[in-house]
Amino acid sequence: MMGTSKFAERYDRNFNTLSRGEQKTLGVSKVAVIGLGGLGGSVCEMMARIGVGHLTLIDGDIFEASNLNRQLLSQEHLIGIPKAKAAKKRVNAVNSEVIVKHLVEYIDESNMFERIKDADVVMDCLDSIDTRFKLQDAAKKASIPIVSGAIAGVTGQVTSIFPGDKGYGLIYGEKSRKQSKGVETRTGNMAYCALFVAALQSSECVKILLDRGDILRNKLLIAELWTNTFEVVDLV
Amino acid sequence: MIKIDLKLFVTLSKYLPQDSECLELSEKTTVETLIADLGIPFKLVKLIFINGKRQDYKYQLKHNDRVGLFPPVGGG
Repeated sequence: MMGTSKFAERYDRNFNTLSRGEQKTLGVSKVAVIGLGGLGGSVCEMMARIGVGHLTLIDGDIFEASNLNRQLLSQEHLIGIPKAKAAKKRVNAVNSEVIVKHLVEYIDESNMFERIKDADVVMDCLDSIDTRFKLQDAAKKASIPIVSGAIAGVTGQVTSIFPGDKGYGLIYGEKSRKQSKGVETRTGNMAYCALFVAALQSSECVKILLDRGDILRNKLLIAELWTNTFEVVDLV
Repeated sequence: MIKIDLKLFVTLSKYLPQDSECLELSEKTTVETLIADLGIPFKLVKLIFINGKRQDYKYQLKHNDRVGLFPPVGGG
């Protein structure tokens, strides 16, 4: 554990937006980040800097050149390297106090529950709708809230789903359980939209961990950046 | 007649009619009718929200409603 003075110095600019006690709460909190692309890579960076003490980082993918336009963890010399490996290295470099577990694997129904069950919050940074539904089922079983972000082009959405909430069924419709991709296959994804949505997810995560502020439970925040449209939709 | 403010998101925006912010419709138009009249394939609309609240296809539109139609967004 970081000494008192080092702790105070590292997190000095978090105070007094956060209290010392809240900072310590984050330090013993456990967050699982599922998917380490445009959203997940940026979420990792913010979790490490904010001071979330335990991170489980999961993605089976490797970096490709097409990731460079938006994924903070990607670099030219890391093409072909597993995203989870780069994420751990980055978190360690930013904040060596964070205990990082990284897994180079895709999650599916067979391993999902085991991977998330010890987390306080799961960050859904996935890129497929059917896997999001499965993650929601696993998180419900494990009684863990999910903070979900999704993007397409310059449009993003964020919501927090607690165990028992209808969640994705209200956003995509229950018939979409087997749908893999959304309209992002047509639009691609812009860096500033990915970072914006990742920032909102990180904010939701901190609020849930600290039981503070207004949480997007049963609400979907929609942002469209060409027209500066920002709307919080009541889902129920 | 009633007037609504219509917003179509992402790939749905190509179906946006002229004067979408002040779109004239006959009374008792439902969201379902609106989507059909605009020629939008139903499978592309996953979320309908009116005045900031999720609604379904059967919702009957009212004067000054703010209507948003949203497709499946799943990228990460």
